[in-house]
Amino acid sequence: MSGLFTRLADQQRKPCHFFVNGTACTARTGDTIMTALLTLYGHLRLTEFTSSPRAGFCLMGACQDCLVLQENGERVRACSTLLQENMRFVIPEQNR
Amino acid sequence: MRVQAPVIVGAGPAGMRAAQVLVQAGLRPIVIDEAPKPGGQIYRQQPDGFTRGARQLYGFEHSKASALHEAARQMIASGQIDYRPNTLVWDADARQLYVTRDGKHDAIAYERLILATGATDRVLPFPGWTLPGVYTLGGAQIALKYQGCAIGKRVVLAGTGPLLYLVAYQYCKAGAQVSAVLDTSPFPTLRQGVQAFVADAPLMAKGVYYMAWLRARGVSMMHGVAGFEADGVGRVESVRWRKNAASAMQTLPCDALACGFGLRSENQLASLLGCDFVFDEQDCNWQPQVQPGGQSSRANVYLAGDGMRIGGADMAELTGRQCAYSVLQDLGIHCDKKQVAQLARRIARGRKTRQCIDRMFALPAHWLDTVDDTLMVCRCEEIRVGEIRQMLRDDPHSGLNRMKALSRVGMGRCQGRMCVTGASMLLAHEQGITLSGVERLRNQPPVKPIPIGGAACRP
Amino acid sequence: MQTINTDVLIIGAGIIGASTAYFLSKQGLQVLLCDAGQSGTKASGVNFGGVRRQGRPLSQMPLAARSHQLWGQLSELIGIDGEYIRCGHIKVAFTEQDLDRLQAYNLSVASCGLDLQLLDTGQVHSRYPWLSTDIAGASLCPADGHANPRLVSPALSWAAQQAGTRLMEHCRIIDSRHDGRHFQSETADHQRIQSRFVVNAAGAWAGNIAAMFGDPVPLTEIYPQMGVTEPLPPIMNVVLGVQGGGTYARQVARGNIVFGGSRALSLTAGYARPSHQSVSMLLTRLAGLIPGIANAHVIRFWSGVEGATPDLNPYLGPSSKTPGLFHGFGYSGAGFQVGLASGEVLAQLIATGTSHIPIEDFRIDRFTADSGKL
Repeated sequence: MSGLFTRLADQQRKPCHFFVNGTACTARTGDTIMTALLTLYGHLRLTEFTSSPRAGFCLMGACQDCLVLQENGERVRACSTLLQENMRFVIPEQNR
Repeated sequence: MRVQAPVIVGAGPAGMRAAQVLVQAGLRPIVIDEAPKPGGQIYRQQPDGFTRGARQLYGFEHSKASALHEAARQMIASGQIDYRPNTLVWDADARQLYVTRDGKHDAIAYERLILATGATDRVLPFPGWTLPGVYTLGGAQIALKYQGCAIGKRVVLAGTGPLLYLVAYQYCKAGAQVSAVLDTSPFPTLRQGVQAFVADAPLMAKGVYYMAWLRARGVSMMHGVAGFEADGVGRVESVRWRKNAASAMQTLPCDALACGFGLRSENQLASLLGCDFVFDEQDCNWQPQVQPGGQSSRANVYLAGDGMRIGGADMAELTGRQCAYSVLQDLGIHCDKKQVAQLARRIARGRKTRQCIDRMFALPAHWLDTVDDTLMVCRCEEIRVGEIRQMLRDDPHSGLNRMKALSRVGMGRCQGRMCVTGASMLLAHEQGITLSGVERLRNQPPVKPIPIGGAACRP
Repeated sequence: MQTINTDVLIIGAGIIGASTAYFLSKQGLQVLLCDAGQSGTKASGVNFGGVRRQGRPLSQMPLAARSHQLWGQLSELIGIDGEYIRCGHIKVAFTEQDLDRLQAYNLSVASCGLDLQLLDTGQVHSRYPWLSTDIAGASLCPADGHANPRLVSPALSWAAQQAGTRLMEHCRIIDSRHDGRHFQSETADHQRIQSRFVVNAAGAWAGNIAAMFGDPVPLTEIYPQMGVTEPLPPIMNVVLGVQGGGTYARQVARGNIVFGGSRALSLTAGYARPSHQSVSMLLTRLAGLIPGIANAHVIRFWSGVEGATPDLNPYLGPSSKTPGLFHGFGYSGAGFQVGLASGEVLAQLIATGTSHIPIEDFRIDRFTADSGKL
């Protein structure tokens, strides 16, 4: 699955390692969780009521659409949270 | 006489300039910021580790942004302000603000309060707007400014407002491909153009420059667009749009769409504090009542910036300062009357400019006139037009708040931010009334979702 | 302005007023149901939504039992299911003392058909693993449950209208008196209503109406503090309460957890708002009861205004001074479940003069000097 976001500028930052569905991934220190995930994946979560894929919307913490599930059961707002080393995310697969 | 420090909510242009005026008068305000660094949205500072300079980030506004950041940095470093970053104010009563930081709840007392809470994009629903790859204009701008990313490789920008052209320009300049700009507003009339230039030539010149620059690079810009939709399976793959109600849909392949129709004030705290509201025709929205000096209808609550009236960054700086002067005057502290008067004049001129802009980029009043039952109006609760219409059949005279209670529109996590404009417009259309006739959506705390754990009760 | 003539004027279109209107209209009486605001939007529309018999005093058992039967017919009554579910209600105890109180209560209501089951720590943990392990035990009422008051209360008014009731919203009664033959009432916008009967179902504001007729009663305002979380994965398979009051919670089908407890703040009479302390206390208790949701987010707080009486029993029955006037208010935060039968009782009293459900403990004058209860 290809990502949504495209890296354009200021991308020479220290690598930051994390996991998605158990798979090891790499992004950059200074990336938000949203950037890290959406440069690699096409969505962040599935909605509660129709299992539709969502990838955030406003990027400023208003729409609450970019909530990502972590393996420890906690959900985090991806657009306003910086990626930390070894974070572990769960992104359910879409039914296409 | 000890004066309790005034509290400012928001550290964007309005909040920071307000802080500066108070500091210059010898006070030490508390400045509460939801973000980790000052600047608000318009002058959001990039995370540590990023190296781009202000010019790259803020373009023509770079010196204003730098000046604001420097002023903030200086006040924080010297202890002139009590700066509280990463702190969300989620409710307020007559005496205290309810805050959360790092999952812990607390309260901050205040005697004088300046609300400088800014704005978000104003959005309207359209088919496919919930697809991955669809973002707001402000969101697309933040991806670039804050993370050095574009939301996609082939981006369509749609909606209306000055931000449409600014983001198109910024994206192209940064090397992203902008497939098209779809503006629902007709191309400005000669009269509108002239009025705008008379009001604020430098600002208009910038707008003209962006458009010309984009045109020179072959970016197609369509005006008077009647409607658009995002299509795709699992993500946006194309945008269909129509020139007017009668014409056929045209298709633009893309992998991202950024949309927005101006800005929407974040005025929930003013509401929770019991401030009076009025329907502002210019903002096409319910806004807190405000006196010329920035005072709300509550004696010790002052309002500044986009959270009070949409006006942009320059106006935010002016109204932020004006609020602070009003606070000083109310505290019986001497103010430079000439400065205050000059400020008032500049603000009045800014309002006139704003009127011109709002006329050129008006909210498309008929956006939902021919809408389908399947259109999703509330993203969070996934409520569609059909369900709302069903509810209105049983309760035809329902106000917006009852509509929320019975159909669930606005009951989700975003608390109505993304759906209020669409829901209000739909209700107005179904009931045959104007937008101004739709009641204000009542706000309930918390202003944003707060975690359950970590409640710390101050005695 | 013309006077409106009707058989029964009902003041207040919450659950009590609406259910009274429904049962009266069903019997062919002309009913005018008035509300100062919109029907079902005060306590009846914003309460916790628990539909329970367990925990009520013995005096309320017959009323609760009859209500339970009516709740079982809810869709026939109001046309929607109101999200009513009989998933059970547990009252948990943290201490041995509280457990003793639960046991004593269970004994006292043994013959009331609640089928209460006492559960020890182990049983609580195995049935409800999402609960804190600090719990000493619990009492389960299997057929108690919950519903959505936001939907049920307005639907009850709608059902009353379908049965013939005339509903007048945004119609506040500012005066009412008996002229020797009829009740003459006046609204804030100067409409006059003439009726043979008046039902005072004005909730937290009913004390004023009672006073107009010489039935002044102790009635205080209480402000239950409520909240709701974002939608969460299914966790709670039962409605939760705590022995001794405190906190209660339920999870709705869409996944949100509705919770309440503690008291909000009131700065002006008739209006309440969450206070920082009430919210902090509530969230701390909630996290303590259901540890797994500590990271879940609250998306809405609200409060409501309830009328409370000194013994927490309602005023239900005829006026002590004025024939033809009936009262149904003061449910002290526990009116939702018994509301349906309360309306039936009031309708019966008006139509036949008697109630088949004992209501002696709910007399309007039980606190006056000569009743000796003050």
